[in-house]
Amino acid sequence: MSSTNRPLSPHLQVYKLPLSAKLSIAHRLTGLFLSLGLVLFTYWLFRVVTDASIADTISNFFSQGFGLVLLYFWIFTFCYHFCNGIRHLFWDAGKGYDVSTVNKSGVAVLVLAVVLTVVIFFVGRSI
Amino acid sequence: MAEFRLPKNSRINKGKHHKANGGKNLTTVKVYRWSPDDGENPRTDTYEVDLDNCGPMVLDALIKIKDEMDSTLTFRRSCREGICGSCAMNINGTNTLACTSSIKQFKGKEVAIYPLPHMEVIKDLVPDLTHFYAQYASIKPWMQTDSVPLSDKERLQSIEDREKLDGLYECILCACCQTSCPSYWWNGDRYLGPAVLLQSYRWLADSRDEYTGERLEDLEDPFKLYRCHTIMNCANTCPKGLNPGKAIGEIKKMIAQRHAL
Repeated sequence: MSSTNRPLSPHLQVYKLPLSAKLSIAHRLTGLFLSLGLVLFTYWLFRVVTDASIADTISNFFSQGFGLVLLYFWIFTFCYHFCNGIRHLFWDAGKGYDVSTVNKSGVAVLVLAVVLTVVIFFVGRSI
Repeated sequence: MAEFRLPKNSRINKGKHHKANGGKNLTTVKVYRWSPDDGENPRTDTYEVDLDNCGPMVLDALIKIKDEMDSTLTFRRSCREGICGSCAMNINGTNTLACTSSIKQFKGKEVAIYPLPHMEVIKDLVPDLTHFYAQYASIKPWMQTDSVPLSDKERLQSIEDREKLDGLYECILCACCQTSCPSYWWNGDRYLGPAVLLQSYRWLADSRDEYTGERLEDLEDPFKLYRCHTIMNCANTCPKGLNPGKAIGEIKKMIAQRHAL
């Protein structure tokens, strides 16, 4: 019997991903987004250094509307990636692998990332 | 590489609906079907099962369907008590053993049953486990020693050392965790996967085994071990309540400590 026509059983199509898996994907995606953000950030610095007059235009863009949303989304992804990175360090040290601990630390990372973002928002407003 | 969509020959069509012969307590069981003989794509057939005339487990429902409604339905089963690992399948989105999964929890809902994910299907709910077994063999799952044991004596182990094997020796190699792991889906050709790595750690943790160094060296590879990204689907899905993710973490730690020395 040939095995070449055998189908591949469904995976992402049917698998109910637990919280830990969703957070793992989020870690990847935030990492990707942060890398893109870093390129933009570097470009911003480069432009400001070569042409100081552009600094105001960029500041204005990031202080309202879409620019503001983009900035705080970027800050949130940073906070999430940072907190989850610390969670990974605990795992690397051999700690926190129980399913219940994994769920608790996952929720904690999410909450902490939101709190940090909000804190940064208010500190950002006040200066 | 990660291929998120199913290949053309694997996309699932709508199948037949089999009505129950009466009964009040009906539950719909949706089952993945594929036969190598007709050249068709896979499909999902639905069966109405009367829970008042059915055993308590999902496996009982499958056996009832095969006995009374559709004898062509194909699945593996043997012990019906969660120790052989034959009836591992994907039930409502999670890999588990059909024989230890209660059908009553799905009362009034639809039960969707698929073969273990991202595997070549031989027929219906039967996946090809050849590669999985080959990977298992590759980690040399037996005790390796150079020393000569005392005659007429087994190799002794302290109670404490024996306890280190708890949570490892119970694995029945059902492949639930192996096929729940997205890393194994995308890199299963080279990544050993959670079940095989848990078994590997079972021998690394055994005080009687004398090949710890060789075993670790063999695992030190970008793919065999380090494709584990602590997604933890493995521990979430294990029908025996084991934690392959933790075992893999212990292996990574052993390698790190070995380099630090």
